[in-house]
Amino acid sequence: MNTIYILWLRQLKRYFRSKSRIIGSLGQPLLFLVALGFGLGPVFQKAGGGNYIEFLVPGVISMGIIFTALFSGIEIIWDRQFGFLKETLVAPTSRLEIMIGRTLGGATVASLQGIIILVLSFLVGFRLENLIILPFALFFIFLIALLFTALGTAIASVLQDMQGFQLIMNFLVMPLFFLSGALFPLEGLPPFLEIIARADPLSYGVDGLRGILANNSHFGLGLDFLILSMITVVILLIGSYLFSKIEI
Amino acid sequence: MIDVKNLTKKFKEFKAVDDISFSVKEGEIFAFLGPNGAGKSTTIKMLTTLLRPTGGSISINGHDPIKNQDEVRRSFGIVFQDPSLDDELTALENMEFHAILYRVPKEIRKGRIEQLLKFVELWDRKDEFVKNFSGGMKRRLEVARGLIHHPKILFLDEPTLGLDPQTRNHIWTHIKGLNQEEKMTVFFTTHYMEEAEKVAQRIAIIDHGKIVAVGTSEELKQKTKTNSLEEAFLALTGTTIREEQAGSTDWMRKMRRVH
Repeated sequence: MNTIYILWLRQLKRYFRSKSRIIGSLGQPLLFLVALGFGLGPVFQKAGGGNYIEFLVPGVISMGIIFTALFSGIEIIWDRQFGFLKETLVAPTSRLEIMIGRTLGGATVASLQGIIILVLSFLVGFRLENLIILPFALFFIFLIALLFTALGTAIASVLQDMQGFQLIMNFLVMPLFFLSGALFPLEGLPPFLEIIARADPLSYGVDGLRGILANNSHFGLGLDFLILSMITVVILLIGSYLFSKIEI
Repeated sequence: MIDVKNLTKKFKEFKAVDDISFSVKEGEIFAFLGPNGAGKSTTIKMLTTLLRPTGGSISINGHDPIKNQDEVRRSFGIVFQDPSLDDELTALENMEFHAILYRVPKEIRKGRIEQLLKFVELWDRKDEFVKNFSGGMKRRLEVARGLIHHPKILFLDEPTLGLDPQTRNHIWTHIKGLNQEEKMTVFFTTHYMEEAEKVAQRIAIIDHGKIVAVGTSEELKQKTKTNSLEEAFLALTGTTIREEQAGSTDWMRKMRRVH
């Protein structure tokens, strides 16, 4: 238990100490909110889609979460290169504990990032209908964060160094985000895009969050929750397995 | 305490460790010497569960590092050759992290961390980030960290690299003390021959993945008919300079600054 706590704490300390990283990673979501929110808002409204900012905020929150979460998971590569991973791997604790501690830490950090974006979205005119939904929103935020931190861990356990990082950003993170329905409604899509969106785990995260925050869910909250948690469990298992196989 | 039989490690076609056997008794200080790339660190990694051997068997404190990883890990402590501190944490936090990871009881933890940080003269700077430390300070911190929990076996992979003679002397006195008081078995590698001669009870010399000689420093000198351990070492391993492979770490260091 102590091991999990200290690994969790380490992730948080590192997060709060890198102010530039926090601020830097908020720039992009903010830009999306302002440029797309206000830029496409009128068109969206005219097409009968309703308030675009309201539609967009859950998507942009998800974006902030997956970037931070994947990065937290991938930090293992950093730790491997700088030797700190060895220090944890030779300790008399199980690798599962190490993986749990790190993943919870990364997921907490990514959730915080999501919460900050939620708060910032009030600046561009986003409003919550009532506060009762907040715990549900936080729960979904954490679930998305957990899924993508575990995914980052799985990837980092296989990669030897950061040279593959750009590849992951361009062929995994970006498609996951752009094809998830974070920016556009899933209704009336061309069939091929619809299939892709349905296969993208983030779609269910975005949709669930949108269901809670904007009362506008495509798949239904129950299905979102079910699929998202199932995928999270699977990825956590894969991540733990790959992590347990790391050799230095 | 340590028993190694026919240990082999292959990386693709390259045999980093080639069929070596040796044993270290409880309470012994054992030096493992060899030129760069001879297989020293690879051997230590296999002994400490970080790497799976291709063949052969290992017993650490009676346990097998492949089958009983946890028991093995509870038996040893290690100071790595290359840095393994968290730069973003303070010296004290690095120490505490280690103490908790190794389940050092709370009552002992605080006192021992203070004692060790004072011992390596870093107590005044305990709240500074490790990234602001010099190479020597990091090394000292790393040695101190490896001594927080008192393991049965202590692995030291070039522990005194880059330290001045005063600090080296200081650290070895402390380790010898632990060896005598707690019967701690010490297994270390070094490039400083006089260190091995002074501290180690027995010495193994490894080259190209094979052990070429084992014995006390006197025995090695007699065997090679030389007057010092350094000459004996050179007689056994030749005088060609070895190249080590460069990793991608340099590239990483550059990348991290960008992020």
